[in-house]
Amino acid sequence: MSDAQPSTKAKESPYLRIESLTKLFGSFAALKDINLEVFEGEFICFLGPSGCGKTTLLRCIAGLDIQTSGRVIQAGEDISTLPPSARDFGIVFQSYALFPNLTVRKNLAYGLENRRMKKAAIEERVNELLELVGLTGQDKKYPSQLSGGQQQRVALARALASWPGLLLLDEPLSALDAKVRVYLRHEVRRLQRKLGITTVMVTHDQEEALTMADRIVVMDQGVIGQVGTPLQIYREPATSFVADFIGSMNFVPGTMAAPNLVRFGNVNLACDVDGLAAGMEVTIAIRPEDIVVQDVAGSEENAFEVQIESTEFLGSFLRVDLVSETMGEARLRADFSINLVRRVDISEGASLPVMVPRERIRIYPGSLDHG
Amino acid sequence: MADIAVARATSLRPALSRDDLVRGGGLVVMGVFLFVVVLLPLYALLSKSFEDADGKFIGFANYIEYFGTPALVSSAGHTIFIGVVTMVIVVTLAFIYAYALTRSCMPFKGLFRGIALIPILAPSLLPAISLVYLFGNQGMIKELLFGYKIYGPIGIVIALAFWIFPHTVMLLTTALATADARLYEAAIALRASKLRTFFTVTLPATKYGVMSACFVAFTYGITDFGAPKVIGGWYNVLSVDIYKQVVGQWNFQMGAVVSVILLFPVVITFIVDRLVQRRQVAQITARSVPLEPKPNRRFDLIMLIYCSVIAFILLGILAVSAYASFIKFWPYNLSLSLDNYQFQYMDGGGWDAYGNSILLGVLTAFFGSLIIFGGAYLVEKSRHYGKYRGTLQFLAILPLAVPGMVLGLAYIFFFNDPANPLNFLYQTLGILVICTIAHYYTVPHLTALTALKQLDAEFEDVSASLKVPFYKTFSRVTFPVCLPAILDIGIYLFINAMTTVSAVVFLWGPATKLASVAVLNMDDQGDIAPAAAMAMMIVYTSATVRILHIVLTRGLQRRTQAWRRREVIAETVGQPAPT
Amino acid sequence: MNTSCISLRIHKALAVVVAAFLVTVFSIPPAAADTTLTVYTALEAEELRPLQDAFQKEHPDIKINWVRDSTGIITAKVLAEKANPKADLFYGTSATSLLVADSLGLLTPYAPKGLDKLDPRFRDPRNPPHWVGVDAYAAVICYNTIEAKKFNLPQPTTWKDLTKPVYKGYLVMPNPNSSGTGFLTVSAWLQMMGEKAAWKYMNQLHQNMAVYTHSGSKPCRLAAAGEHPIGISFAFRGAKLKQKGAPLALITPEEGVGWEVEASGIMKASKNKEAAMKFMDWSITPAAMKVFNDYLPILARPDLAKPVKHFPEDTQEKMIKNDFAWAAENRKRILGEWQKRYDVKSEPKS
Repeated sequence: MSDAQPSTKAKESPYLRIESLTKLFGSFAALKDINLEVFEGEFICFLGPSGCGKTTLLRCIAGLDIQTSGRVIQAGEDISTLPPSARDFGIVFQSYALFPNLTVRKNLAYGLENRRMKKAAIEERVNELLELVGLTGQDKKYPSQLSGGQQQRVALARALASWPGLLLLDEPLSALDAKVRVYLRHEVRRLQRKLGITTVMVTHDQEEALTMADRIVVMDQGVIGQVGTPLQIYREPATSFVADFIGSMNFVPGTMAAPNLVRFGNVNLACDVDGLAAGMEVTIAIRPEDIVVQDVAGSEENAFEVQIESTEFLGSFLRVDLVSETMGEARLRADFSINLVRRVDISEGASLPVMVPRERIRIYPGSLDHG
Repeated sequence: MADIAVARATSLRPALSRDDLVRGGGLVVMGVFLFVVVLLPLYALLSKSFEDADGKFIGFANYIEYFGTPALVSSAGHTIFIGVVTMVIVVTLAFIYAYALTRSCMPFKGLFRGIALIPILAPSLLPAISLVYLFGNQGMIKELLFGYKIYGPIGIVIALAFWIFPHTVMLLTTALATADARLYEAAIALRASKLRTFFTVTLPATKYGVMSACFVAFTYGITDFGAPKVIGGWYNVLSVDIYKQVVGQWNFQMGAVVSVILLFPVVITFIVDRLVQRRQVAQITARSVPLEPKPNRRFDLIMLIYCSVIAFILLGILAVSAYASFIKFWPYNLSLSLDNYQFQYMDGGGWDAYGNSILLGVLTAFFGSLIIFGGAYLVEKSRHYGKYRGTLQFLAILPLAVPGMVLGLAYIFFFNDPANPLNFLYQTLGILVICTIAHYYTVPHLTALTALKQLDAEFEDVSASLKVPFYKTFSRVTFPVCLPAILDIGIYLFINAMTTVSAVVFLWGPATKLASVAVLNMDDQGDIAPAAAMAMMIVYTSATVRILHIVLTRGLQRRTQAWRRREVIAETVGQPAPT
Repeated sequence: MNTSCISLRIHKALAVVVAAFLVTVFSIPPAAADTTLTVYTALEAEELRPLQDAFQKEHPDIKINWVRDSTGIITAKVLAEKANPKADLFYGTSATSLLVADSLGLLTPYAPKGLDKLDPRFRDPRNPPHWVGVDAYAAVICYNTIEAKKFNLPQPTTWKDLTKPVYKGYLVMPNPNSSGTGFLTVSAWLQMMGEKAAWKYMNQLHQNMAVYTHSGSKPCRLAAAGEHPIGISFAFRGAKLKQKGAPLALITPEEGVGWEVEASGIMKASKNKEAAMKFMDWSITPAAMKVFNDYLPILARPDLAKPVKHFPEDTQEKMIKNDFAWAAENRKRILGEWQKRYDVKSEPKS
């Protein structure tokens, strides 16, 4: 598969660079001063709620929309104002945009036929692509005769057909059934790894982003909230928006009691935090699964007594709303595994000691509206 | 916001690809075309209405003269009256008919649907001619009018009702077909009576369809020329006045004035229609459950009887002309002969005119489909040039607001000006083709847009990413996928080119007489039987072409059904992973 | 079949067809090798072929491209094209129309050979004449005998008779605004009776009128079909219809009948003046007169005229002294007055 990876550039210099990119639609700023670097062979996900600008950013990279200001540099070349046809990318849309009146084979050969390639070479390349996406033998079918997942793979193969340096995926899986979507996540990721092609995918589905991406770019209201590996994004969300958007999160208003000690209600929690002075209003963020039931009461760091207000059975775990006098107004939601539930009495009204590991506590300055 | 201002100030100019430039060029050509064939002639018409016979500007003098002539002013009232009465009658009749087609379980629905569309194949002169044979002073069943005269508003309204019926039935069938069954289930659950359900569910749900039908009926009613010309008697209407001013009195300025007067109600209707349509878009609900009519013997029988009566009348009117065209000398010699088809011995252009009409139809259909579909493609699928595309869209919709008589007269002023480099087109078939395309531009344009909007908006983006020029995608994907719509456009243009009188009545030349104009002129001369014969020739031809169109479309569908069908293919997740 | 292959073929076919059509569209009317005269005329359609055949027997090198229509329409065409005339000859149309065209300077005077043999009423008095006539047509009353019996309508013998209440709703005449016959009739009444009396007469006539038709031959056709039993029309149409078996009587009212010359003139803008002159010369030769005489009994050369079957025989002597110049001068005023008086009718009269 050496042909799919023509370039052998140094890893250090980014393959794709976006410099202070802004896109206005009328007076609405869809993207504000975006800076981003994507390295060769990376799988990047743009993740965010609808309207956050992620698709616009993808379209700017493709040249389908031209940014109002800022630069896009691909493989060392400034492509900021180039039309799509002068750029080097393959693209898969949510709709797949397969040509309905052309067979799978013709769809795959579509871009190749325009490159003055020999007929036999085109045949060979198409066969290769069919094999790559596991559709050998389906080449005489029309798109409407294929399942959604198969259509998606044809679209992917077509985007890869002429060895682009960059693969752009615009919500490629969101039109599919849940099961197929999960299956294809792995397929796409496997293909991308195999070909080593630099890939940018837009999605609003955090699970998709977490499972597929090398790095995730979380976007909100036209700005980048955080760039990082899935683990970083999940474990150390840089902003309360990111924290809230990825996974579920308890947000509790609190104050800094001392450096590295945060207080809410009558509970004091030790944490690792820099640069926040005592007395400052903060928001404490704790993931539900990071609330641990204590076997030994009271003694450990960050442990406190809670009561179970209500429980909700969610299959593999139990979601529990916790209250207590010591917490004051605040309430916490915790996810307890079924294993745990078997061992400990977790029923509505029961009291139990819990603790939160200090390294799992995130502190954000200021108070928030987040529930 | 400061950085936004900076960003805007230093706004990047996208580099245009060759595709963008070519499409931009195409847009410019389309713009120039529409500007020249629609706007400039209208401007020429407007300025003519402010000139005297020598071409000197005289301000509103012509208009003052117009409003000082009671005979002319009364026509304006007549025209509106005819428009309103026709609208009320035809929309009511068509609504019940469409209701029967969509909401009953009566048999022969397909047949009735087909019969309702037949009047489209005929020029509006035909029903008027038939009415003369039916209700004229020597009419077959004139007693049915109880002494009233068919010449005048009665005749005009009946003829127009016949001719406009199919257009309104089509609109109302569409409106009634897209009902939400859930609302009716709710009404039943709430024990609302049938009548109450009709007024609280059916009517509100179809109100935009009804309004559209009203606008169409009103506009066609006030702009038609054929029916009032043949059967109007003393009852003057604006379209006939334009003709009389120009052809009878050689008073082009006054013709222009009357044209401008006629333009007013049409433009107002057009604007209101656009506003209403815009509202409708917001009202369409996302997912409704299609309504399946349930059998109800009594109701279905009533509907069957109603549709049979209407169908009988429609077919009857056609049959009268067909029959009359074979009669030797009405009413004194009822033996049958083909004498009336000996067009070469009559005024109006003879068989040549018939040949010209077919040629006009073919050329209009061919070039019209090409230009209109191409234009719609450029408007819908080009990148960049946003504002300009908006302007083009407006220009493409505009012809709907220009009555044929007005356009035809405008064409004389514009194209017969010796200073116009396009003057060479005057009196050629070329000008007739152009005028007919311009006259009927809007509906095919909208058809094309609908078809194009159904295509994935990302075909062009994908093609650009694959470095395939747009025209290749146009010819390999867009064109074949839209072929049925393009054929629809072609047939629409062909039939209209065959049947239209209004726009072309001023534009034909010695070598380009037309069948529809021949019908008009023969009737004008009192040669009513040959006029009926020629009108029937038009019907036969349109019908043949229509059948051909159906066969062609069916064949096309059969050949392309492999990729046109839309079925859901089951997923096979567990498929062996590719290597 | 594969789609791209089809579309490729479609493209090639398109290109060919487009080219072919473009050539066809823009080359109509086609250019001819010989001289082709474009002749605008209001002569009857059936007259044109025999006339052309007779002419080409003597002048095979001159082709004729007829543009035929009713007087009103063909005149409108000439006027519409005044800035850029298309015709070589303005032919066989009412003298009034020719005078209107002449007043705009569209005609060039020409004295055809044999002019001296013409009845002086059939030519422009100026020398050389701006127009020359070949024959005349008169307005008569077409009277349907069957319907008349049915409705007890006595046969009228004078114009005055037509104002009797018994005819109410049974009369038709052409609208002078659109029909040459209509105009010549109105013009005749004005000249015969004097303006005041004539308008009064028309007021009365208006009460009886069922409809004013657009064309001059329609009233007779309506009469022949019994649609409206009495029509003022031109005699030629009546004679033709009688021949076809229509139950018609053609009446020339005692007061006299209006008439018009079928006149011709050469367009100043003509690029084929020589051929046009030849055609004008030929038009008053006995050969041409013979063709015209097949249709009309009253010729510009009275010496050659023979009666035509079904025509009322006394037409010639009943023809009034017609002042074409006066008619042309006053045409606009007359028509305006007429329209003001009679064109307003909210209902078709019963």
